[in-house]
Amino acid sequence: MASLKEFRNRIDSVKSTQKITKAMQMVAAAKLRRAQEAVENARPYAARMSNVVASLSHSMVDQPGAPTLLVGTGESKTHLVVVASADRGLCGGFNGAIARKAKDLISGLIRDGKDVKILCVGVKAFEQIKRLYGSRIIDVISLRDHKYINSGHAAEISAKILEMFEAGEFDVCTLIFSQFKNVMSQVPTTQTLIPAIEGISESGELPDLGGACYTYEPDEEEILKVLLPRNLTTQVFQALLENVAGEMGAKMTAMDNATRNAGEVIEQLTLQYNRKRQSMITTELIEIIAGAEAI
Amino acid sequence: MSPMADKLHFSLVSPEKELFSGGVDSVTVPGSEGDFGVYPEHMPVMTAIRPGAISVMNEETERRIYIRGGFADVTSEGLTVLAEEAVELGDLDPAKLAQEITDAEEDVRDAETEEKREAATEQLEYLQALASAMKD
Repeated sequence: MASLKEFRNRIDSVKSTQKITKAMQMVAAAKLRRAQEAVENARPYAARMSNVVASLSHSMVDQPGAPTLLVGTGESKTHLVVVASADRGLCGGFNGAIARKAKDLISGLIRDGKDVKILCVGVKAFEQIKRLYGSRIIDVISLRDHKYINSGHAAEISAKILEMFEAGEFDVCTLIFSQFKNVMSQVPTTQTLIPAIEGISESGELPDLGGACYTYEPDEEEILKVLLPRNLTTQVFQALLENVAGEMGAKMTAMDNATRNAGEVIEQLTLQYNRKRQSMITTELIEIIAGAEAI
Repeated sequence: MSPMADKLHFSLVSPEKELFSGGVDSVTVPGSEGDFGVYPEHMPVMTAIRPGAISVMNEETERRIYIRGGFADVTSEGLTVLAEEAVELGDLDPAKLAQEITDAEEDVRDAETEEKREAATEQLEYLQALASAMKD
């Protein structure tokens, strides 16, 4: 049987854990507000960009000489899967859900006989994926050291993807990230980055030109050449921001649960402690009375 | 005609946030093939932008915003400028900018590696472009 002192120690240790989870929850809540703002501020640009790309590609897609970034290489043998997750744990099932989605996609692709290359952004999904597909992972990018994500980080990642694409290292590029719906729900999502036309038919809408025809300066091809890489960056950037917001939301919920759990554990332990103390007092009293009667 | 139809709906967005959205009289945009003015009911145009200042005219006042890298998209709904970077020229302090240019020049001189020199040169060119856009 545990002594009273042991009980006291356990209650103290759970209390200090509770303090930590409480603090982490509050930090996550503050960061969430910032991250949410960043996502919402970035949305107009992403939305406009995808509209512009949609209307441009609409006129380009059936023409010969359309950029391969838009229509693809004509093959789908090698797939690059970009898995964007968080760099830190303690956020509930957030990273697990992304990793699961990635594993499903990758195993499906392998079953279809495709070559799969994996680029991990954020170490947490990498840690889970490497057990199964370690040999297919070509690189891991960690954004852990950056306090806030800006479009420069996204540009670095998309430059890497583009470089590989131009070297002919893959045909199709898919991005997996977690879409931020609200604090309680983050939905792991797959998005086709290259060929861009597939991503467009998934999300973009055509602007209403009122019957007029677009004039392009210089011409469609030139604009697309600049626009498509930038669109890639924008999509990566948006995904990273959604991820940060989702991570913070998940962390907040997870830490809230942990704080509540700790509270329950403390209550139980306190109850046991008090019972034990009372029974000890009773035993002592009985001993004293019994001793007094014996005299 | 409704009052809104006299105005051009103009929005300026950068990757980080929407910088401006609303009705204006006209906007002059530095297109890659030359500057062009956009008034209400302009025909649809899509063009790349060269670094430079866009000027936004509204009720006799002019706002000048320096933008770098991006696209202008004119539809029947209005003008959208997607800019990689945007700086309000009215907010800039000429003295501070001059100081930054001097610093950048020093950075170029003191750069130890080729990479650093390139980055510093780029920054210097950007600042000089800002300064020259201010003088116009």
